[in-house]
Amino acid sequence: MSFGPVHALRAATLEIAAGECIGLVGHNGAGKSTLANVINGRLSPTQGAVTYRAGDATLTNGQKAQASGVRSVFQELSLCPNLTVLENLRIPFRTMPRKNWRRVARQKMQDALDLVFPGHGIKPSATVGNLTIAERQMVEIAIAFADRDSEPSLVILDEPTSSLDAAIAQQLLDHIKRFCTEGGAVLFISHMMGEIFDVSTRIVIMKDGQIVDDQPARNFTRESIVDAMGHVAPDDTDTGATRTAKTLGAEVVRAENGLNARQGEIVGLAGLAGHGQAEALAQIFFDHSSVWKSSGNPEVVFVAGDRTRDGVMPLWSILRNLSLTTLSEFSNRILVDRGKESDLVQNWKQRIGIRTDNVSNPILSLSGGNQQKVLFARALASSAPIVVMDDPMRGVDVGTKKEVYQMIRDEAAKGRSFLWYSTETDEILECDRVFVFRTGHIAAELSGDEITEENILAASFEMQEAAV
Amino acid sequence: MTDNTSSTEEPLNPVRILFSKPWIWAFVAAALTFAATSLVAGSGAGSLFYAALTFAAFSAIVGIGQMLVITLGPGNVDLSIPASMTLSATLALKFMDSETALIVPGLLVAIGVGIGCGLVNFALILLLRIPPIIATLSASFLYQSLAIWSNRGLRIKPPEPLADFATGGALGIPNVAVIGILLAICAWVLLERSIAGRWISAIGQNLRAARLSGVPVNAVRFGVYVNSAVCAALAGFLLASFSGGANLNMGTEYMLMSIAVVVIGGSSIGGGNSNVPGIWGAALFMFLIVSMLNSYGLGAGVRLILTGLVIVGVVALASRKGYDV
Repeated sequence: MSFGPVHALRAATLEIAAGECIGLVGHNGAGKSTLANVINGRLSPTQGAVTYRAGDATLTNGQKAQASGVRSVFQELSLCPNLTVLENLRIPFRTMPRKNWRRVARQKMQDALDLVFPGHGIKPSATVGNLTIAERQMVEIAIAFADRDSEPSLVILDEPTSSLDAAIAQQLLDHIKRFCTEGGAVLFISHMMGEIFDVSTRIVIMKDGQIVDDQPARNFTRESIVDAMGHVAPDDTDTGATRTAKTLGAEVVRAENGLNARQGEIVGLAGLAGHGQAEALAQIFFDHSSVWKSSGNPEVVFVAGDRTRDGVMPLWSILRNLSLTTLSEFSNRILVDRGKESDLVQNWKQRIGIRTDNVSNPILSLSGGNQQKVLFARALASSAPIVVMDDPMRGVDVGTKKEVYQMIRDEAAKGRSFLWYSTETDEILECDRVFVFRTGHIAAELSGDEITEENILAASFEMQEAAV
Repeated sequence: MTDNTSSTEEPLNPVRILFSKPWIWAFVAAALTFAATSLVAGSGAGSLFYAALTFAAFSAIVGIGQMLVITLGPGNVDLSIPASMTLSATLALKFMDSETALIVPGLLVAIGVGIGCGLVNFALILLLRIPPIIATLSASFLYQSLAIWSNRGLRIKPPEPLADFATGGALGIPNVAVIGILLAICAWVLLERSIAGRWISAIGQNLRAARLSGVPVNAVRFGVYVNSAVCAALAGFLLASFSGGANLNMGTEYMLMSIAVVVIGGSSIGGGNSNVPGIWGAALFMFLIVSMLNSYGLGAGVRLILTGLVIVGVVALASRKGYDV
């Protein structure tokens, strides 16, 4: 399978049987999403073939996949934001009765959500655009597992938990296990080792478009997977080690809700997904930047987590996307200094490891994780003393994460302040101080040794309020 | 799922590069219509070319302003162009009152009126949060009424030297075309080489992402709307000088024209991606297609139908090609 000059997939052979849960791992751009798209028929392989359980030979791969009950949930959320939740279920539900379909769809949607995420609190009549990114992900997952015109036989989940918090993610993992026991198959793509080991019966490792390992899950350990992916083994002991010996400067930012950061500090925003962290961060950015004038030394830069909505310029090349924020810092005030721009981009391509031959390729030719790296570089290249990060590691592989953590620590040591919202606990543990959010307010402020998964979870749930 | 096709680079043939540009089709179409018209007109090819350059210049000047507005993204379009043209031309000619000494102040009056129209447009869009299409359309009634009120049916002649300049030319190139080409070059530098151009394109692709990347979005949009009105004012001033005075419906045809030259020129109507050379190709084409059909002696109805069909054809051809960033 190739996209223009890029070979996304080569010599990949994979067989999925009923009742199996396959964990698919690999670094960014290894070809995981492409493999998933070939299986669900959205992409046709340049060479080779895909065979399905059902559907005769005259059909396209996409139709065969549909007839066989192959369902997909993608990293890039693919619901229609202007429609309601139940209307989104209606779209893939081809045989919905015409009369009274809203009532049927509402019931089906309610059942589907209750099945996977008990206690979800999502109304089927809500407009998708008004849901948080986590709720949208939940809806999408529920639609994939829903009993529609055909029963689901293989569900492909591409990074389904990256925007879900731990409790919701666990509900999903439990459902996957239940689904596989009942004879369904799941292809589970994730960067989170814990989840992979939790649900997988078999683990497939991809590297540079090839399947390099394919064995039952029990034959692997975390270390052996990371080795096979071709990155240095993550060193779990380094988290928090740097936290103690740090002198922090004066307070550089304070928001109305009490959120604040000192010079050189890494401040985490934790709590369940969608409890006002992203809004708080955006507010800090808006308060410290202007819509009327651009500054040669901006106060604050933003790293987007919701790439499509907040980050990527889809018509542009990688180069233009990367240099956008720093144009007025590194050029004279009128014209773009293209020599400097090119140097800057080449430099960051090396530093953060953007996988491309040519930075003038379109940004959309990159995989999701690599697009995220470009957005990271866009912000970090700036000299701004405050960096605001809205769950920026969605879809970034383990190896790159470790490098970026190190980069953030180095930059903080040089006096930059970071405000970092994350749904992943190991990222929150990187922080010097953590604000836990609940229903739009700060529920707790933790620092130093108080930053533990237990404390964060405790503060995230209302019933434990007294304990905080 | 193996893949062995080698990634062969396409040969960097200059002709191929040229034909990968979306604006080439406007020029191809203009050249074809020019040839077809010349066949019938016979010896008049030179004067036809001169006329085409003159009339295309007015469309190109308003088209450049409109292109930047359309680049700002879906929903952004300036429908007040005809009224801004009329108002600035009317007020400037009234101010000059055929006095040679007042030409430069008169030009400043026209530009000042343009800036005023741009300010009002953007104020409506920003402060009252009215969609740009409605804001500029309703503002244009205001400008048109002002023009009617100040003009009162009088047709004031432009000062003699100004009329000579607007109708004259040097080395076979009309003066107004020289102005139009200079403006196009400025617009090209702005869009392709300047920081502001990057910002305009970024806003057109994703306003929220542009804001979060530190682009001063309101300042950019403000500048673009004021620029559009100033382009319209300049075109109105030149057109009135060219045609011996302002009249109240002088801008009418430029409403559609300004949008047509942007689209035929290969700019994306969805924003974010624009195309300066195409404006000139399209402006020439729009003039030539009418003169071609005229010279074949076709009636007004057939002429309009054919014009419409040809525009659809050119846009379809141009949009099959990808963009080039």
